[in-house]
Amino acid sequence: MSDIVLKTENLGISFGGLKAVQELNLEIKKGQLYGLVGPNGAGKTTVFNMITGVYKPTTGKFWLDGENLTGKSQEAINHKGIARTFQNIRLFNNMTVIRNVMVGLHNQPEFKCGVLASIFRLPWHFKTEKAMREKAKKILEIVGLLDERNNLSCNLPYGKQRKLEIARALATNPKLLCLDEPAAGMNPHETEDLMSIVRHIRDKFDVTILLIEHDMKFVSGLCDEITVLNFGTVLAQGSPEVALNDPEVIKAYIGG
Amino acid sequence: MANLKSIKWKYYINYIIVGLFTILFAALSLTGMLKSSDVYLLEKISISVMLAVSLSMVVGFLGELSLGHAGFMCVGAYLGGKASVLLESALGEVPALVVSILIGGLVAALFGVIIGLPALRLRGDYLAIVTLAFGEIVRSIFMNSSDESFGGSLGLDTPRFDKKYLFIISLVLVLCCLAITQNLIRSKHGRAITSIRDNEIAARATGINVTKYKLIVFTVSSFFAGVAGVLYSYSNYTVQSSNFDYNYSIEILVMVVLGGMGSINGSIIAATLITLLNVELQTILTGNLAVLKDLFYALILIILVIYNNAPVFKTFRDKYNLKNLLNRFKAHNPSAVKDDEAKWDRVPTKIQMDEVLSVDFQTSSPYTPDKSEKGDE
Amino acid sequence: MKFIETLINGLSMGSTYAMIALGYTMVYGIAKMLNFAHGDIIMVGGYMIFVTMAATGNPILGLLAAVIFCAALGVTIEKVAYKPLRGASPLAVLITAIGVSYLLQSIAQIIFGTAPKMVNIADLGNLSFAGITVPVYTLVTLGCSMVIMIILSLFVKFTRTGRAMIAVSEDKGAAQLMGINVNKIIMITFAIGSVLAAFAGLFMLMKSPSLTNTLGAMPGIKAFTAAVIGGIGSIPGAMLGGLLMGVVEAISLTIPEIAPYTDAIEFITLIIILLVRPTGILGKKRREKV
Repeated sequence: MSDIVLKTENLGISFGGLKAVQELNLEIKKGQLYGLVGPNGAGKTTVFNMITGVYKPTTGKFWLDGENLTGKSQEAINHKGIARTFQNIRLFNNMTVIRNVMVGLHNQPEFKCGVLASIFRLPWHFKTEKAMREKAKKILEIVGLLDERNNLSCNLPYGKQRKLEIARALATNPKLLCLDEPAAGMNPHETEDLMSIVRHIRDKFDVTILLIEHDMKFVSGLCDEITVLNFGTVLAQGSPEVALNDPEVIKAYIGG
Repeated sequence: MANLKSIKWKYYINYIIVGLFTILFAALSLTGMLKSSDVYLLEKISISVMLAVSLSMVVGFLGELSLGHAGFMCVGAYLGGKASVLLESALGEVPALVVSILIGGLVAALFGVIIGLPALRLRGDYLAIVTLAFGEIVRSIFMNSSDESFGGSLGLDTPRFDKKYLFIISLVLVLCCLAITQNLIRSKHGRAITSIRDNEIAARATGINVTKYKLIVFTVSSFFAGVAGVLYSYSNYTVQSSNFDYNYSIEILVMVVLGGMGSINGSIIAATLITLLNVELQTILTGNLAVLKDLFYALILIILVIYNNAPVFKTFRDKYNLKNLLNRFKAHNPSAVKDDEAKWDRVPTKIQMDEVLSVDFQTSSPYTPDKSEKGDE
Repeated sequence: MKFIETLINGLSMGSTYAMIALGYTMVYGIAKMLNFAHGDIIMVGGYMIFVTMAATGNPILGLLAAVIFCAALGVTIEKVAYKPLRGASPLAVLITAIGVSYLLQSIAQIIFGTAPKMVNIADLGNLSFAGITVPVYTLVTLGCSMVIMIILSLFVKFTRTGRAMIAVSEDKGAAQLMGINVNKIIMITFAIGSVLAAFAGLFMLMKSPSLTNTLGAMPGIKAFTAAVIGGIGSIPGAMLGGLLMGVVEAISLTIPEIAPYTDAIEFITLIIILLVRPTGILGKKRREKV
């Protein structure tokens, strides 16, 4: 098996006449921390929406571990191993923190428990629940939210809500974890903290990370490789040092 | 682990209360101390509770608005009633009752699947109108049925079952309904269902099979609506399609909403009180005053909803509510009030009636989950 | 020929539905609520016509009284029952609307009793032309409602208030920031919806003179269905949905085998249309931003 986790070929989508993203070719290697950067409206989140099945691409295909997932539903893509967070946080607000993570664990094979088993409270219902709770606690510990586990997710401060989203995505045991602006709205201290968490996740779990970020310090300090998008097209690809110094990229950011 | 004991109690408290009532009234009935009007009231209450609990799964936990619950009930009442008529002589009284309850429930569940299918495509108000339409279609079909099949506009006469026992059976079935609903909601599957309500897109992205869970909820919910329908047919000796119009669906919805979205106990209490109110108003206001019944009912409904939900009364509500009153009794024991307990009160509920039009309603009315739900440790 | 008669009947019935559906759809578009009490405004209008005609015998005066009273009633209901709940859960507002519906019905029952009142507006007879015979009232209904709907469309498109209404329905918050008095716009919307309902009341009494306190219940639900068929929130959608509903009803009523199932057929039409177009015929599908 090749060591390429996510491969996209000519991936593109248009809304009406607007070509939001076109001819995107990505190759993300296993264990990489890959960055997707670009100015506002460059189509970064649209890329996420395509590879997680929210939008169906109008052109091109993408593969996860060599398996073509183009046009699959969100659920199916998640089951295959792509998990994501959202730019505008989407937590299950009326649930406690630990329950949010437990929803993420829902489809893991080790926590299989049929509807009837739950309705009739068969022994393995209790066993699964207990095991899920333990596992969720472990995940919460990694992102540093263990002490908040019984609070409602909507009562968490912003930075912790972002971390909880990461924990929930991580709970689905993904091969590729897509983080949409994980550091948005965080102060420098929190960003620092988040960077170490992201690194820790990459090292500890067998997971590749694709992230969208505006914070250049964050990107260059964290990512192995980046792709710069502008108006839906690729401006530059390569290591952060090279790509961010590309004249086209500087032009797009600074303008003129 | 220290407060495990108290959690377990909270967990089973509603079974215990309903169970105790069942035993109490069964004893009273068997010793002949219940009037026929009391028995009638108990039957009505248990039917209402079953309907409200099953509808609260759809509205309170799945977050879809259904205005056709009476339609499922109608299907159950007619098919269960017909089955009981056909089977009574062959099987005897009690087996016929059991079989017809099963038939009524299962056929209603089948319709639940059929209505659940558009629910996968439609959201919010659009689904609400489809469920309403379903109820009216069912009613129209039974109303125009031939006299031999379902009695047509005259209605279907059903066998008489000893009233002394019928309400006991109803209450036991309420317990079953409660157990199944609650066990489903308080499991990983319940979490999946609630996650769809809280944020469908995030639920999908987290790998929750939305299709499967919507169908499960519609099926279970309509099964119990069907069972309630069969009990209704036994309780009234007759099934009239005109009884199952959309007003009845709405009355069930009122119980669920007044009880608090996503609160099974609230639905039980609201269903009991509203049924009591209805029946009592009917008995108190006789003769010339009978016309006032609907007026009182409407006024109480409007005032209750405005008082409970209006942002204007929020400070007043926070100051004088039942929970605070209870907390005052507990005040000498500060550890009894955990800090996350207070926070449940201030949860903004975001019910998206219509996601297609992306109407976001931020509300100040609290979402009151079952208290027992929160004990994680 | 028979078919054209049926069609005219259907369009006449449909234009009545359209008038009611407009009330639903405008209130939905602007206040984002399902005003379940809307159907009962029709009934109130009917009783106003009945009372005025009993006193004066003049149907025009009756209509005038109904229009004024219904507009006032609509605004009052909004102020007393719905305004306190602005910002509350939409389900709470829905339940209040249902409460208001019960309230209006029961007040009407207390005042006028349960026995139907007969309101003979005017005997207009039939009109025959080229082998087609239709009752004159269908033409009056059709003509009047078309004129009203055209005026309404022009009003929404070309007046300041009308454009403000569109702005509020698009984005209440932004409209408020642009200096639009949202409360006033909502009030005006309720008033217009109620006036349309009063007209619908008149048309319904012209068709069948029997008046009870549930006069508006079933037409209300059907008009709501029509509004959803057209795409709720869309004014042309409500008109189209209403007309479609009326034509389906008229055709179904002429076929003896299916005539008893007319209500069911109308609702089945709704389900089929929604399955094909989940947001109605003219409803806009807005994608949620992810």
